[in-house]
Amino acid sequence: MAVQLDGVVDRTAPRTGKGGAPPTRRGGGSRRAARGAPYLLLLPALLATAVLLGWPMVRNILLSFQNLNMKELIQHLTDWRGFGNYQEILGSEQFWRVTLRTLVFTAVNVVLIMVLGVLIGLLLARLGKKMRLTLSLALVLTWAMPVIAATTVFQWLFDSRYGVVNWLLDRLGAHSMAHYDWVGSQLSTFFVITVLIVWQSLPFVALNLYAATTTIPKELYEAARMDGAGTWKVFTSVTFPFLRPFFLATTFLEIIWVFKAFPQIFAINEGGPDRLTETLPIYAFTEGVGNLHFGMGAAISLLTIVVLLVMTAYYLRLTVKQEQQEENEL
Amino acid sequence: MKRSLAGRVWPNATAAVLALGFVFPVYWMFSTAFKPTRDIITEDPVWFPVHGTLEHFATAVNAPDFWILAGNSVLVTVFAVGLSLVIALCGAFALTRMRFGGRKGILLTFMVAQMAPWEVMVISIYLIVRDADLLNSLLPLTFFYMLMVLPFTLLTLRGYVAAVPKELEESAMVDGCSRRQAFLKVVFPLLAPGLMATSLFGFITAWNEFPLVLVLNKEPAMGTLPLWLSQFQTQFGDDWGATMAAASIFAVPILVLFLFLQRKAVGGLTSGAVKG
Repeated sequence: MAVQLDGVVDRTAPRTGKGGAPPTRRGGGSRRAARGAPYLLLLPALLATAVLLGWPMVRNILLSFQNLNMKELIQHLTDWRGFGNYQEILGSEQFWRVTLRTLVFTAVNVVLIMVLGVLIGLLLARLGKKMRLTLSLALVLTWAMPVIAATTVFQWLFDSRYGVVNWLLDRLGAHSMAHYDWVGSQLSTFFVITVLIVWQSLPFVALNLYAATTTIPKELYEAARMDGAGTWKVFTSVTFPFLRPFFLATTFLEIIWVFKAFPQIFAINEGGPDRLTETLPIYAFTEGVGNLHFGMGAAISLLTIVVLLVMTAYYLRLTVKQEQQEENEL
Repeated sequence: MKRSLAGRVWPNATAAVLALGFVFPVYWMFSTAFKPTRDIITEDPVWFPVHGTLEHFATAVNAPDFWILAGNSVLVTVFAVGLSLVIALCGAFALTRMRFGGRKGILLTFMVAQMAPWEVMVISIYLIVRDADLLNSLLPLTFFYMLMVLPFTLLTLRGYVAAVPKELEESAMVDGCSRRQAFLKVVFPLLAPGLMATSLFGFITAWNEFPLVLVLNKEPAMGTLPLWLSQFQTQFGDDWGATMAAASIFAVPILVLFLFLQRKAVGGLTSGAVKG
């Protein structure tokens, strides 16, 4: 779970290194040791990242140029096939269909999460103390539900025979839904997955948005109201501009999370029926681990990472720029 | 006042409906777990566990390997989070309180690492772990979970370290503390809430992790609870009582931890979000 929302860089830290002379607090002898200290402190973190993330990444890239199936795996053969895997995947209709499906799926979920999350956050700000506490508590409980547990509960809620959802729909007059099989078709399976993901993601957006609005100076609101601004106008002229970094960061995080969603989709129906709810991560998994086409799976997984990078490039660029700016200010 | 009666009723009514909607799945999990099967498999739902029973919990707890897997989960989670806290705190301290060449590059490395798409890297990780002959072992899980949590922990702790006034440390050093002593005696206690809030997200991540354990630890006794829960339903078919009891057992530790720490967590997150 990644939640660093911006580059909070302290401006209080001392100036040493590059430009000015480092402050000599202690004798000259320990100065060399002091210069090595930050690297020493960071060494475990960097080492762990290089080994546990860098290595699989490199291995994944190499693998994507290999033909590695069950036979090669058992006999420990290395069979290079150049861009063969990529050619095969990019030429297959299935890959493009899954990619398009993943993008639509991500867009729908993120839009729902952001719009509803912001609305609930703003509602929290308008409520009295008691009601706010009640809703917050409900949100916190939802937020804390472990994904796999939540997925299991949703399977029960949407159970075709004894699920509450079908009972309710039947009661509301949709009698054809009495024994509806939710995981029987593509759209209805996606519907269940979307409800699950949105339900679980809303608390993060809503609670943090509410907490963030409390940091907006009251005078800004008063001034806006004096100018006769309505609710919508207040939002677009005060709340949104003030919380711009928050909106950017949260949207970016939600895009990553939804795009990579694995347990929800896999545990609900393993990408079925007929592989119709496979998104890119599930597709890579099924091809690679499920069907034992490791090379192909690795190539799909790399293409997935490329899609992810393209989608988040804008935000990444902003982050890098911001870091640079702050570095220059120091 | 401009705000009318309707203006006050609507927000409250909406909030009440929303609260109910959010809590219902959680409530339904627990209440189903306590209901006898005849109250679960009914044409009309039984809304409250009026005939409370613990039989489903017994079924879940007596399922093969439950205790071993629960132990595995606790072990892996605690070690992964503990390890990442120590490593991250050292790194966060260096990144906030020291200036050195390559600082920006290192910072960006962790920002990128935080986005690591673990879900699609299972294939190469599987092959690496297999070549090291460590499939069905808790060791690789612990290390990988540690790294899944590490970048976030490090970057978040950075904010908490920066929030501790530098003067406190300096005055301790004037009073004769070494830099390390000043950190351990003055800064560290002030970081306690930050450490707790940060570790909460670590716990959730590690406790929940699914794709890696699904691929790496196929041997029944070497898995973790998420794997157990996902397979439990297949094993127990339509026994929703037992399945919901199993889900409850899995969810309770995190729910308790979260309710305990949420105030700090929400505050901590947004202090990072708004300062930009």
